[in-house]
Amino acid sequence: MMMSQTALKTPLIQFEKVAVDYGRKADRIRALEPTDLAVGEGDFVALVGPSGCGKSTLLKLAAELLKPTEGNIFFAGRELGAKPVRVGMAFQSSTLLPWMSIRDNVMLPLKIVPPFRQHYRAKRRGEYRDKVDALLAQVGLDGFADSYPWQLSGGMQQRANLCRALIHEPDLLLLDEPFGALDQFTREELWGTLQALWMATTTTVILVTHDLREAAYLANRICIMSPRPGRILEDRTVPFARPRTVELTYEPEFAATIQHLRSMIVHKPDTSRGDKP
Amino acid sequence: MMDAIRRRAASISLILGVFVLWEVACIVFGISSLILPRPSEILTTLYNRAPGIWPHAQQTLTTTLTGFAIGVVVGLILGALIGSSRLAYDTAYPLLVGISSIPKVAVVPIFVLWFGAGTVPAVLTAMIICIFPIVVNVATGLATVEPELEDVMKSMKASKLDILWNVALPRAMPYFFASLKVSVTLAFVGSVVAETVASNRGVGNMMMIASASFNVPLVFAGLFVLATMGVSLYVIFSLIERRVVGWAMRKDGLA
Repeated sequence: MMMSQTALKTPLIQFEKVAVDYGRKADRIRALEPTDLAVGEGDFVALVGPSGCGKSTLLKLAAELLKPTEGNIFFAGRELGAKPVRVGMAFQSSTLLPWMSIRDNVMLPLKIVPPFRQHYRAKRRGEYRDKVDALLAQVGLDGFADSYPWQLSGGMQQRANLCRALIHEPDLLLLDEPFGALDQFTREELWGTLQALWMATTTTVILVTHDLREAAYLANRICIMSPRPGRILEDRTVPFARPRTVELTYEPEFAATIQHLRSMIVHKPDTSRGDKP
Repeated sequence: MMDAIRRRAASISLILGVFVLWEVACIVFGISSLILPRPSEILTTLYNRAPGIWPHAQQTLTTTLTGFAIGVVVGLILGALIGSSRLAYDTAYPLLVGISSIPKVAVVPIFVLWFGAGTVPAVLTAMIICIFPIVVNVATGLATVEPELEDVMKSMKASKLDILWNVALPRAMPYFFASLKVSVTLAFVGSVVAETVASNRGVGNMMMIASASFNVPLVFAGLFVLATMGVSLYVIFSLIERRVVGWAMRKDGLA
């Protein structure tokens, strides 16, 4: 029910025949075939596909780190870039700054992103500090605000990384394999953390991952992408009710969903463009 | 803790041991003090001639520190310029390597030609010799910011200045301090070389005059003074380094 409602809303971010080439002239490589993708406000979309299929390229486009070679991107109905979009981003490596405490690390976006930055000097010891500490508590890092990144385990660093991506209340949260370097148990724990954060804020999320279980656990929609040059092969809604649990991922229906998605990636040859390798 | 004390005791006894060995060898082999004076002789000379040595030491110290200070400022600015853009890094690096490979002694006559003998060539030589390590280290520190981190910052629409100030500069600080320790000792080389060639003041000049009159203990006393000043400045910068960028040496200090 909820899923179909989010799908009906006007898309928050919309890719229209967006293609990307890397390199110049002779050694130009097409990274992304003309792609259409619409993500509704408050939705949680996962992009899954083999390495080098253009998943991260799509994220970089959404973050305005990259300009499309062809096509248009719209944000809330207007051309992307016309108005500043508040974006939070997290990668596989946590990239926390080693000279700052966890609290200062998480507070960094408030120092940079407007309108927070205008009040940074006045509020960093009061309101912002409380805001950061509350978010840290939400991901189970209460008591670690004054620690330094290297004193934390990999999983805890990734929790702090998520906090840094969310502290400035972004319209769009872009996650590029955020749990890729973690062990299985820590990863599953963090799925729960991310799900809880998303349900509490209902920010819009685009998640890039290799892991089908991760995608099916976390996302409302899964987009399967083809090998380079990337294209979206299938856009599938994940029907399971929230909050989802790790136990759910061992249920038959869940396994069937994953099996289906897996077959899309592994077995389906490029039927529509059979002439190209 | 005990380990640290033991290590320190070992290095102090090594230094003392070298001096004792030196003293004993001079006595046993009957080495003339015109060739190699005994440490005790050098210390006596140092003590007796202190009023005469002091102004020279002061001169060398101020020259060196002035040159070093200018070198740090110029090096930091050049390093920041070169390190903040890939293009500048690739363009300027060969020129920098070229300049740095010129023996600095060879530049002294040119400075003397331009500015006359005295303090100015010494300051300039000290400056030019200590710039290069600073520029290279700062530029490297700035240029090697992780691409993911840069993406995170850019996704927040951070300006170049935001990134430089919040991420790149603090990240380059360990590199910067490492280069300061090297540069401050190099600065002494620069100023003393210039003093020996063209100056009538400074420890370098004092040693030249002493060696011309075969006052070998005084020459060695000059060396002692230079070594003491060099080591002291090195230690001072090590201490500052540990305070400022202790986060980069995590296992020793912070935990």
